Formats: sequence, C-alpha cells, structure tokens
Amino acid sequence: MRDVRQEICGSRRWNTPGPHSRASLERRRARLRRALAGAAVYVVLAAIAIVMAGPFAWMLMSSFKPNQELFAYPPVWIPTKITFEHFVNAFRYTNFARYFLNSAVVSVTATLLNLFFCSLAGYSFARLDFPGKSLIFFAVLATMMIPVYVTLIPLFILVRRFPLAGGNNLSGQNGTGLINTYWGLILPYIVSVFGVFLTRQFFTSIPTEINDAARVDGASEFTIYSKIYLPLSRPVLATLAIFSFTGVWDDFLWPLVITNSEHMRTVQLGLQIFRSQFLVDWGPLMAATLVVTLPVLLIFIFNQRHFVKGVVTTGLKG
Amino acid sequence: MSASHSVSSYWKNRARRHTMLMGYLFVAPMALYVLIVHFIPIASSLYLSFTDYNILTAPKWVGVANYVKLLFRDDLFRRAMRNTAQYALEVLPLNIAISLALALLVNRATRGIVIFRTLFYLPVVTSIIAVSMIWLWLYEPRSGLINLILGKLGVGPVNWLGSPALALHSLVLMRVWRGVGWNMVIYLAGLQGIPQYLYEAAEIDGASGLGKFRYITWPMLKPVTYYIIVMGLISTFQTFGEVYAMTGGGPLDSTTTVAFLVYQRAFQYFEMGEASAVAFLLFGVILVLSLVNIRYFQTRLD
Repeated sequence: MRDVRQEICGSRRWNTPGPHSRASLERRRARLRRALAGAAVYVVLAAIAIVMAGPFAWMLMSSFKPNQELFAYPPVWIPTKITFEHFVNAFRYTNFARYFLNSAVVSVTATLLNLFFCSLAGYSFARLDFPGKSLIFFAVLATMMIPVYVTLIPLFILVRRFPLAGGNNLSGQNGTGLINTYWGLILPYIVSVFGVFLTRQFFTSIPTEINDAARVDGASEFTIYSKIYLPLSRPVLATLAIFSFTGVWDDFLWPLVITNSEHMRTVQLGLQIFRSQFLVDWGPLMAATLVVTLPVLLIFIFNQRHFVKGVVTTGLKG
Repeated sequence: MSASHSVSSYWKNRARRHTMLMGYLFVAPMALYVLIVHFIPIASSLYLSFTDYNILTAPKWVGVANYVKLLFRDDLFRRAMRNTAQYALEVLPLNIAISLALALLVNRATRGIVIFRTLFYLPVVTSIIAVSMIWLWLYEPRSGLINLILGKLGVGPVNWLGSPALALHSLVLMRVWRGVGWNMVIYLAGLQGIPQYLYEAAEIDGASGLGKFRYITWPMLKPVTYYIIVMGLISTFQTFGEVYAMTGGGPLDSTTTVAFLVYQRAFQYFEMGEASAVAFLLFGVILVLSLVNIRYFQTRLD
C-alpha cells in the first residue's frame, strides 16, 4: 500500500521539493506575491501616468474637437469627428507663422553661439593654466545664484540705449536701440554659465596625454580644441544644444519685456493672442499650444539620455 | 649640461606663457559677456534701487527711500511677499514627498519603466506658458476637464482661478504637477548612488522595508534633498510666468508674487528704481533662505 504522503507528493521522496511539497508551496506563494506586487506597481504607475499625461491628452483632443463638442454637456471625451479647423484658424487669423520664424531664428542662433563660446571657455578652464583661473571660474558660476529679476531692468536699459542701433546716437539716445530686433532678443542667451560649467566638467574627463601628444606634433591650442576635444565631446555638446534651444524657445519674460511690435513676438508670447480680457478662443489656443510644444516634446522624446545627463551633471556634481 | 638645461627651461617657460595667453584668450569672450550681461547690470540695478527712475528722465538719488517705503508703507509688497512665501511653503513639501515617492517607484528594472519615467518628465520640458494655457483650460469653470470630472462625482463647480481663497492653491497644484518630474530624476540619480551593500547588510540584520528607508535611503539622500530645497526656493520665489498668463496677480491680489510685482512696477508703471529695490529684496530673501538651509543641513550632516 502506498503512503498517503507519497500519493500527494507523487513518486518523489519526502523532503525533496516536489510540486506540492511545503517548500515549493512557499516558493510558489512567494512568486505569486511578487507577481501581485509587480502588478500593483503597474497599476500605481498607470494611475500616475494618467494624471501626468492627462492634461496633454486633453489638449490634444481639444485641438481636434469641433466647437460644439468642445463645450458639450455631458462632455464628449473623445472627438467623434476630427477637425483641423482650429489649426487653420490659429494660423490664418493670427501671425503665428511669423512668431514661429522668430522663435526659430532666435533659438537656433543662440544655440550656435552658446556651443562655441561655452565650449571655448570650458576648454580653457579645463586644460589651460593661467593666474586667476579659479577666481574667474567661481565668479562666473556665482551668477547662477542671481535671480533674473535683478538684472532684468538694467538689461532692458542696455538694449534700449544700445549705441548706434535703432536710431540711437553714440550715447544711446533718440532711438529705440535693439528693442524689437533679433539681436535684442538673443542678447541674454549668448553664453550660458550652465554651458561653461557643463563643457568644462566633460573636458576634464578627457586624458591630458592627448594634449601632450598633439602639442608635440605642433598642434595649436585652438586646433586641439576644435579638432580633438569638440569631436570627442559630441554627447555633451548635444546636451548643451538641447538645453539652450529648449530654454530659449520656452522663455517668456525676456521677449515680453523686449518686444512690443506684433511682428517680433515669439511663440510663447503669441499664445497670449487667443485670450482677451473676457473671452478665450479655446480651440485655436489648444491647437497653437500643441504646435508650440511639439518641437520641444519631440526633441525630448528622442534625446532623453541627454536631458537626464544635463540634470544629473548640474544637479549633483555642482 | 647646464646650457642644455637652461635652453630646455627657456622653452618650457615659453610654452607656459603661451598656454597662459591662450587661456586668457579663450576665456575672454565669455568673461567679457558675463561682465556686461551679469556683473555690470547687478551693480547698476543696486544703484537704481536707490533712485527714482522712470526711463525718460535721468535717475534721481533718493537714498533708502524705496526700501523704507516697500518695507513699511507698501501693502501690496507685503502681500506679494506673503503670497510668495505661502506658495513656496506649499509647493516644496508636496514636491519633495511626491517626487521621492515617484523616484522610489521608478527605480526598478521593470519592463516599460522608461516609458513611465518619460511620461512623468513630460511636464518639465513643456514651457510654463504652454502649461499655463493647458491648465487654464483644465481649470475652466464650466467646460474644464477638472470640473467635468468633479461634476460626475457630484462636486462643484469649483471656481479654481476666480476665487481669491483658492487661486493661489490652484497655482500650487499646477506647479507641483509640473515640477515633480525634475526632482524625480535628481532623486533617481541619488538613489542609484546609494551602495547596494548597505541594504544587504540591513537585510541580514532583519530590517523591514520601512526601516531601510528610514535608516538608509532617507539619510543617504540628505544632500540631494538639500539641493532640491535650495533650488526649489530659488525657483518658487521667482514665480512669474503662470501668474502673468493665468491670473494677472488676481483676484484681489491673491496671486501677486514678488517677481510679478517687479514686472508690474518696472514695465507697467515704469517705476524702475522701486522695482529694482523689490528685486534686491527678493534676492536677499532667496540668499538668506539658501544660506540658512545650507547651514542647517551641514550641521545635520556632520
């Protein structure tokens, strides 16, 4: 007669963890618990994702919804019919195409200037020795602590009284200076202190033997910088480019202060045009917001590691 | 021997001088720019804060009159300071608690975790004006998404931005939504820097999950938290975009922040001297709070 235990445990010996032994049961229970915990994590993650992405989804759907569904009660969650009228209206009745051009010109120019001047200074701080180097470095870094509101007013005056620009005479009177010009818009973005810091940090990680070898071969410092360091630094330059472009594209305060002509607005200012005191044109506003946000969102989604690198470098090693 | 030595030291000196020259040359454009766009404006702003200046006529020296007026006779300035402090005090703890929870949640190698990290970070890369426009629509009293959902639950309608008692809190809610992704990434980097053996040792000692958090994770993240608080103070005290775009400082000055006051005084009323004084007081507050924080955390860390 076979043991009952053996019946339960099959033909295996007692104590060996068979499919029904106590040890295996415990293991299965643990596995089940882990699976449940994993599923719970996904449920929580999904719930948070809805809160974080929900507003974007609502913007997206609102910009494709016909007006009667936009304000319908009970609400229409997903548009039954996709319409492009809001996009058409946003571009037809406002100067949005022009704002887009302005923002593109300012952001791209500022990014290119940043890449050059920041990396040049970063190379000097990382690889060249000169008296007063650390003093200059920390003085420059310290400006990151200064609120923009402290320098805003003098910068506005500087732009307005810029000598020999916009009808100004040599002492900066009689005209409007660089107000309502691209150079006026670009001025505060030309060199970012963050970029100097970022490139300098990266350059110090490149072995100095490269410099010695290149110097023996008779390469000038500028050649070493431009032909060796810049190509080696593509990832960090990409990070800097992304940060400069998005920073300038997204900025609002400076263009608000420095432009008053309708033609010189940037996209962020342009969004204000769909609102008057009492009336908001929600459809075109959401469509325009989508268009304004899209370049930065796409850059972010395709370059995430650069974003994270920038945050972490300046965030923790600073 | 000695001749060749002096020749080589001559060349070495020449090379060193050359590096020095190049060093200055490479730094010069940036240094000049920082001088013109940061240092001189800071100095002239300080000067302007002691003057009466409306751009059209020359600045008139008034001594500390602007500061005295702001600190003792200006109700709106005091209101703006109070609003800004309250805003920061509400945003920072919420932001830290939620972003740390998010970081702990996404600090695992589960399938698809990168997608969640990306989603949580999306609001950070969206411009403050775009975010304001989206939330203006979400907060819309009749057709806004939030009131529609609340309506389904039998609550509301809530006048999010139109009520003086609520408007500032509505801005806080939006700011927390926008800011947690940024701090999540910083906390995530901090978490990944905590050595794994600490947890293993604690497990051998039979520590619970909560115990590990309390005695390992939280203390090890102290420097990160301190960084987040200082950066949070600097950024919340300069809140402007959403106020300008969503409430215009109202209703009844309930959302007027100090930064908004600087803008208003300088570019709507053209009181540049007084606006500069407001800016410097703002700077002073930020500086003091940051230093207090650094001191506090340094004593706690040692």
